[in-house]
Amino acid sequence: MLQKLLLAFGLCFCCVAFGQFKVSGQILNQKNEVVEGCHIHIGNKSAISNSKGNYTIKNVPVGKILMFFSGLGYDSVEKNLVLTQDLVFDIKLTIKITALKEVSLNQKRNSENNSILEQKIKLETIEKYSSQTLGDVLREVAGVSVLKTGSNIVKPIINGLHSSRVPIISNNVRLEDQQWGSEHAPNFDVNAAGKITIIKGASALQYGGDAIGGIVIIESVDVKKDTLFGKTISNFSSNGRGGSLSSSLHKGNFCDWSWNVLGTFKYFGDRNAPNYVLSNSGNREYNFSGDFKFTGKKYDVAVLYSLYNSQIGILSAAHIGNVNDLLLSISNQIPNVVNNFTYSIKNPKQEFKHHLAKVNFNYYFDDNSTLGLQYSFQLNSRQEFDLRRSTFKNIPALDLQLITNTLKSDFEKEFENWQIKSGLNIEIQNNIANPLTGVRPLIPNYERKDFGIYAIGTNEISSSLTLDFGLRYDFSNIQAEKFYFKTRWNERGYNNFFNNFIVGETAIGDQWLAKPKFIFHNFSASLGIHKQFNQNENWFVNLSLASRNPNPSEFFSDGLHHSTGQIELGDLALKKEQSFKIATTFQKKWSSFLVEINPFCNSIQNFMFLKPVGFETTTRGAFPVWNYEQTNALLTGFDFNMVWNVAKNWKHQFSFASVNGLDLTNNLPLIAMPQIRFSNKIQFSKPEFYGLTIELKNEVVLQQIQFPNNDFTTQIVQDNALVDVNVPISQPPKGYQLWDFYSQMNFKTFNKSSMTVAFSVQNITNTNYRDYLNNQRFFVDELGRNFQLQLKFNY
Amino acid sequence: MKNLKLSVFALLSIVTFTSCTKDPVVTPVNTEEVITTVTIVFTPVGTGGTPVTLTSRDLDGDGPLPAVVTPSATFMANKTYSGEVTVLNESVVPAANITEEILAEADDHQFFYQKTGTLPMFTYAPIATNPTNFDSNGRPVGHKTVFTTTTAATGSLKITLRHEGNKAAANVANGDITNATGSTDFEVTFNGLVVQ
Repeated sequence: MLQKLLLAFGLCFCCVAFGQFKVSGQILNQKNEVVEGCHIHIGNKSAISNSKGNYTIKNVPVGKILMFFSGLGYDSVEKNLVLTQDLVFDIKLTIKITALKEVSLNQKRNSENNSILEQKIKLETIEKYSSQTLGDVLREVAGVSVLKTGSNIVKPIINGLHSSRVPIISNNVRLEDQQWGSEHAPNFDVNAAGKITIIKGASALQYGGDAIGGIVIIESVDVKKDTLFGKTISNFSSNGRGGSLSSSLHKGNFCDWSWNVLGTFKYFGDRNAPNYVLSNSGNREYNFSGDFKFTGKKYDVAVLYSLYNSQIGILSAAHIGNVNDLLLSISNQIPNVVNNFTYSIKNPKQEFKHHLAKVNFNYYFDDNSTLGLQYSFQLNSRQEFDLRRSTFKNIPALDLQLITNTLKSDFEKEFENWQIKSGLNIEIQNNIANPLTGVRPLIPNYERKDFGIYAIGTNEISSSLTLDFGLRYDFSNIQAEKFYFKTRWNERGYNNFFNNFIVGETAIGDQWLAKPKFIFHNFSASLGIHKQFNQNENWFVNLSLASRNPNPSEFFSDGLHHSTGQIELGDLALKKEQSFKIATTFQKKWSSFLVEINPFCNSIQNFMFLKPVGFETTTRGAFPVWNYEQTNALLTGFDFNMVWNVAKNWKHQFSFASVNGLDLTNNLPLIAMPQIRFSNKIQFSKPEFYGLTIELKNEVVLQQIQFPNNDFTTQIVQDNALVDVNVPISQPPKGYQLWDFYSQMNFKTFNKSSMTVAFSVQNITNTNYRDYLNNQRFFVDELGRNFQLQLKFNY
Repeated sequence: MKNLKLSVFALLSIVTFTSCTKDPVVTPVNTEEVITTVTIVFTPVGTGGTPVTLTSRDLDGDGPLPAVVTPSATFMANKTYSGEVTVLNESVVPAANITEEILAEADDHQFFYQKTGTLPMFTYAPIATNPTNFDSNGRPVGHKTVFTTTTAATGSLKITLRHEGNKAAANVANGDITNATGSTDFEVTFNGLVVQ
């Protein structure tokens, strides 16, 4: 506000006073009611509208003027005008209404007011990752690492947990598709995010009670200005020889209507590791989203549609037929397929689409109570193409459709020092696996019905102590239809417990048709306090209890996983897993220094994980068998963050994260726990010189030394004899360090438009490395050096 | 305003109810590409001797049952056998002959024969007499093999079919699997082979 006033002042000061005129007019709201008491500024001259909404400012110098209107309860408005004579200027102001999403996060928004210090990622940071994935952005936060399959499938890991343990909420809708397993990236275009909040733990109960790892909340760009404005970001990357183009237009509050549209296009060819081409690692994305909102005096209605459409090549070298292929790849340390660079994407590849449509209605009873209703529809379709013979080449090996309908209602009320919110949601989800693929589907047909009800509250006990609590109940019913080989049914021991699920068999009698049905009743809770010792010292403590039901891949997996060369078997006998997490954060600020330390302890009963249990031989060879099993797990660790404003233009940032995962039942380390990592970033910024920012970042990732030994042996022919050799799948790759560079400058182009040019280099030293949390670490090195140029236009 | 609210509710309920009525029909998936059965028939060349058939059959595909493999076989000494592999999918009715599909994509496939013990080498049947044993680039597909016995010997035979490997890599055309890469379509081992 102050800045705008100063700007207005400055602009007027610059005008040369050839003459002086009068500006007057009437101020109304969108209901044509007069607005009294509105402040109007032109430079250092000001007026207040009278009871008829009229205002007059005299002696305004001729030329360009910037007028500024601000009235209590209305959105402020800026107007650029050219004054050549006395001017009558009437204006309509728009009633300021805070949207439901703002309200629902209200207690979370203000981190001074909640028992968890959530981490936020701002728009400027999100824009840096415009051509990358959501997972890459989230890694900016200490304690968040990523699980990758190649360079395009990137999933966030929060405090050691991922996939269905980390729900992603976009615009108040929970994104569906995470139940398909750990190799499926969130279907979300980063360019559609305006702000991202990460809550480490299950304490955001309004979104669900199963966020055992944490929750990612994405809000789109919120437009307050009443003018039309747009943004275009284009990226050019040397690695992958491609880029992205994302364009959006926003219009806020025009005759009670506001709307946004966004389109994104990405196109990349094969990426490069330092020493070779990563063949078939290109990707494409075509995304669209659009919404409009009508704001009445006491209510608003919004409609949104978004489409995420993506095609991803799966690294040719990662497609293996059996464990001997895997052994060969691990022992050679070079990929078995390296072709020349190409833009084209061959099989194996994945194609997916995510449609989301929602209608949202909010009713404001008064300033302190709000009712929100929302219906959302999601359609996820996923096709995976494999290396196949003859006529099957163009038929997907996996073809799934997931349809989710959700209705939710939330009521929020504030009184005295209480803030209460409660609501319920009803969800029906159908998964349909196309049987014409010629391959037994990884995930069967199923129908899931969920019902949830919650209440959360915040009480300001005193000005320095806030209590935060929540309770939630979820009912879930899942019914699947799946053909089991009778041999598998008996091998799993289902014939002893689950014969009541059998409803038929195949014509040749080799398979049972089973309809397993499960019902779950889950309770979750959250309790915490925030104590403010003084303005610069804060202490947050939060306890959360969460329950997660087995997802379809944990229940029903049944077959060979091609990229890992293992047979993965689900288990119908799995129970829900329950987590009890305690997390605390100390935050201390000095004049040029900020320190946050966040230790946590997460005890999980019936933690579901894949465990190697033996071998099965098929015509293709012998394969290790991995079962979904349950154990009691304990995850402990801490995240540390430090910001130091070294000198006027210099800033240093340090972050550190470590997780230790234990399988208590078997007294073993948990598999795939994030390594200890820390990063140092030095930033030089000189805003007065074209907004110059230069950053140099160093990230160190240590070798994971805590891991279970899951090595196994296979037989190969050596010197005319069959010999047993060890397949070393357990040993994590060596630690590594990476250097990244980033720089940007802003330029004013036209009147209201500006351009930002950013140049960045990732992996400056072109280091060869592999990461423990990349499923393709057995086959190839990670990405080599990348130069990136980003041009951003605001208009 | 009231109308607008009503219409929103109406819209919500229409979409909700219409989406509940779908009930997909389940049909079993025909696993059309699975290789269940690999058979190699060795036919003695010239007079004397009897054909030797080795079979590996795993009818439940990736299921828990192991493949049923011919446990042992005896070849005659000082004899040349011409072997030919047949690959079938017997999980569908009628059984599908996958050898034909492999030969139709000869450029992308190659069979490898590895032996252990004192058995003599298995070599590809030569192009002059067996043109179908080679692809359009003159590189072996190798479903036909020649096995020439001399003195008494014992050992095993491992047959591997690789898909989309590098058929041009060093020694691969001679039947050496070391540099072949690609992904394995099948890998079967026949133990207890005796030459006497």
